[in-house]
Amino acid sequence: MDFSFSEEQTLLRNTIQSFIQDNYDFDKRREIIQSEEGMSKDNWSQLAELGLLGVPFSENDGGLNFGSVETMIVAEEFGKGLVVEPYIQTVVTCGGFLRRASESQRQEHLPSLISGDEIWAFAYAEPQGRFNLADIKVSVSKKGDDYTLNGDKCVVSGAPWAQKLIVSARTSGDQSDKKGISLFIVDKASDGVSTRDYKTVDGSMASEVSFENVKLDGSSLIGEEGDSYALIELVADETIAALCAEAIGAMSVLNETTVEYCKTRKQFGQPIGKFQVLQHRMVDMFMQYEQSVSMTYMVNLKLEEEDVERSKAASGAKVQICNAAKFIGQSAVQLHGGMGMTDELNVGHYFKRLSMIETQLGNADHHLKKYSLAS
Amino acid sequence: MDLDFNQDDINFRNEVRDFIKVSYTQEMKDELARSKNGSASKDLHVKWQKSLYEKGWIAPNWPVEYGGSGFTTTQKYIFETEMAYAGAPRTVPFGLSMVAPVLMEFGTEEQKKKYLPDILSSKVWWCQGYSEPGSGSDLASLQCKAEDKGGHYLVNGTKIWTTLAQHADMIFCLVRTSKTEKPQEGISFLLIDMKSPGIDVRPLITLDQSPAPYQEVNQVFFEDVKVPKENLVGEENKGWTYAKYLLEFERGNSYSPSLYRGINKLKKIAEDTSIGNGKYLINDMNFVNKLSQCEIEVQALEFVELRIFSALSAGQRVGPESSILKCRGTELQQKIQELSVEAIGYWSSPIIYDTFANINEPPVGPDYAITITPSYLNGRKTTIYAGSNEIQRNIISKAVLGL
Repeated sequence: MDFSFSEEQTLLRNTIQSFIQDNYDFDKRREIIQSEEGMSKDNWSQLAELGLLGVPFSENDGGLNFGSVETMIVAEEFGKGLVVEPYIQTVVTCGGFLRRASESQRQEHLPSLISGDEIWAFAYAEPQGRFNLADIKVSVSKKGDDYTLNGDKCVVSGAPWAQKLIVSARTSGDQSDKKGISLFIVDKASDGVSTRDYKTVDGSMASEVSFENVKLDGSSLIGEEGDSYALIELVADETIAALCAEAIGAMSVLNETTVEYCKTRKQFGQPIGKFQVLQHRMVDMFMQYEQSVSMTYMVNLKLEEEDVERSKAASGAKVQICNAAKFIGQSAVQLHGGMGMTDELNVGHYFKRLSMIETQLGNADHHLKKYSLAS
Repeated sequence: MDLDFNQDDINFRNEVRDFIKVSYTQEMKDELARSKNGSASKDLHVKWQKSLYEKGWIAPNWPVEYGGSGFTTTQKYIFETEMAYAGAPRTVPFGLSMVAPVLMEFGTEEQKKKYLPDILSSKVWWCQGYSEPGSGSDLASLQCKAEDKGGHYLVNGTKIWTTLAQHADMIFCLVRTSKTEKPQEGISFLLIDMKSPGIDVRPLITLDQSPAPYQEVNQVFFEDVKVPKENLVGEENKGWTYAKYLLEFERGNSYSPSLYRGINKLKKIAEDTSIGNGKYLINDMNFVNKLSQCEIEVQALEFVELRIFSALSAGQRVGPESSILKCRGTELQQKIQELSVEAIGYWSSPIIYDTFANINEPPVGPDYAITITPSYLNGRKTTIYAGSNEIQRNIISKAVLGL
């Protein structure tokens, strides 16, 4: 049993930290998120040059062959820097599907993903399904080896930047059956794909995506037809593990910033950090953070376990992270007083990102229930 | 980073499990199952500790030269975890983990020779004299005084919340030996024979209503008690330093194994508790979600503990961060007790006064319900004792956050 990081892992962390230091101060980030593009293509190329887009892929596929701990390190540092570029969407989620796809699919798609030429997004959510990954109305009809895709996906994170989508669709069964769900690779430029792109609260972007008689051939099917729900759950859990890491990065910045602010901000003739009621609030923020770090390590170390164990680990971690994100985010704004309400301070930006992470792939209530049902 | 144990550690774990199987007898289990406050009879504690002593495992935290177990950090963790999972009695800490480390560090050779072997073999039972009626969280304000009378000290005053003092042969006390501007500077660390004339131990009956002689805490009165000079530990007026050293030793225990045990017991209760219509409490999502929330928080604490343990293994020092363990450990213990009371519904109300008395009549309600409300009530102490959780937050605020 060991919780230390290897030298290689520390080196990786240092690399990302200097990337963020050089490219991601608060003003530069503001420029990026206020631009029409909403992300920086230059940054994306740099991430590719650093090899970071290849973190989870095998050496055969052109990647670095790293595991979940390395992905955790990347995501945590990105969380500290509030990086908006769609790393988790492309590399962790879509990459999670692709590295388990067929040899020919990997050969076709991974080089351009790892080189930064193509961005990917996972279209899974539907308006009626809330957080249920199996509630799918997007339908696929089959004729020979060809498929036709119809239906709507909502709030597809990172889709405005993506060239490729992975879409969960129903090839058989009833609306919320776990059986009968398939995964398709869809080129966003295909006929019949239309999107409505928009900015999100946390400075990122998402799309409402509609498919109208989109034609796909057999090479676009990932895995077995109708049998992809387990894979979706697995990759969702891996994504949750990365989101948890991003969240603890953001929490650590909020905690440090808040403690520093309370040491310098004076009211009633003394630093407000001298007031015990505020001290105890900050201690509770610290304890929530430490527990969140622990649960993030836990889930990242348990991603290889069998389904039930892994799923419980992911849901447990998400519950902790959601609760801590809310408490730390809200408390940081509260302790910064009026300044916490302003757009010019970074505190609100971290708060907003944490709030969005709470909802992504299911909020605390959803995962608490899921955990209970798995127990 | 990994969660695996090596083969040596797995072998050791099996050895611990085998030991527990043999030494933690059904008789002991039955007695502890009836305990409302987690402690058993003196006989049981002594018997259990002697079996650990014979195995060489009574003092995992002592250096080997004094008779310690010589465990590695990992073995210590495994040992503690297995004991807690099994619900084995805890060793009484006042001698083994409190006064002994102080004697090893600051005692004279004679004191070490005189006291340490008897602590190790559970021949002598110790208790702790720190708190006073006027000195709780503000311990340094203590008033119990020891006057230098040439050949001996004359002790007058009182100590309170003295756990299991009714069984004790010796008490280690913080006493005031001088009135100084800084109250910490006039305190000394004194060892007192409980059979000395002038000592009176009076039981304090607490919320769980365990009657004497099964009370958990007492008030100890000292009236002109003569204590030989050789019973002073270290230097006069330096006792505060030794007291702080002792507290450092107290830290770093893991809570999660016994919390998991509590959760498993609670799940069992929820499976056995009918809620009508052929359903059981375990089918009530509202309750089960509360249970899950609690279990998730226990897991978060478990991994905080593992991270601390891993840092210790790597030779790092663990600082005041470990106050987090006391806060979360006790708060979760209380949460589990609270949910247990909720779980048993109406059966939370009957009370049986005797803790270990043979109950001739069958209990009102199911067997497992007898101790639940008393444990809940008694459990409120945990966020108050050993530095209240508010004090722990003050420590983190000052020492970790620098506020």
